[in-house]
Amino acid sequence: MSQPTRTATVTISNPQGLHMRPAYQFAQAAAKFECKIELIKGDIRIDGKSVLSILTLGAAQGTRVAVEATGPDADQAMDVLEGLLSSGFSASAETGEASAG
Amino acid sequence: MKFCDFVQLKAIKPKLSATNKEAVIREMVTTLVESGQLGADEHESIVEAILKREELGSTGIGRGIAVPHTKHPSVRSPVGAVGISPSGVDFQSLDGEQVQLFFMLVSPPDQPSDHLRALENISKQLQDETFCRFLKQSKTAEDIQQILEEADNNQFVS
Repeated sequence: MSQPTRTATVTISNPQGLHMRPAYQFAQAAAKFECKIELIKGDIRIDGKSVLSILTLGAAQGTRVAVEATGPDADQAMDVLEGLLSSGFSASAETGEASAG
Repeated sequence: MKFCDFVQLKAIKPKLSATNKEAVIREMVTTLVESGQLGADEHESIVEAILKREELGSTGIGRGIAVPHTKHPSVRSPVGAVGISPSGVDFQSLDGEQVQLFFMLVSPPDQPSDHLRALENISKQLQDETFCRFLKQSKTAEDIQQILEEADNNQFVS
């Protein structure tokens, strides 16, 4: 039986790119869902629930990244994760990292 | 960005003596001062900045690895230190495990892409179990530097 899959492509909007705080925020949000979450940049496909894997993308501001969710709660997961990426993450993640590293 | 671009031999500590989080950070910032990559007068301010960053969430990302870091105007390009704690240190890691491998990174605030590329390299290599195991088994700074060189030559990650 095939699992529902949803995909969306977003452009990384926060000036600092996908550095450790947003990577952690994304992985933490993704881990709350049962479905498989992957991030795709060019021909690289990684586990979206792993901070270390997200960091390997080195995704700077302006980078196009696809999110793919496969599993029973793919719809709910994509609503949250697409919003997180396209909104540039929460103010605390971005300003926190900009000032404190 | 390869390890040789931001990690110098003098900033490699094969046997950290520190046994808690703040002491590890202090010890590693000291190696960056000793390697001449940071000014001695910046020591305290960089330690404070890294500790402040840790308050936002531990950079102990699991599997015995931590990447304490900050952005600081005293550097013109990313500088890094590598430290090994054979017995492990409690770093409030995401998985609750003790940390043995530390990669410290201090980057200039106005170059986010350099910071990302250094993090990208560190994280790619750290995903490789063999790379991590070899580092943990290293006894000297020279051994560690050689492993970093091999990583730069893509001998661990295809």
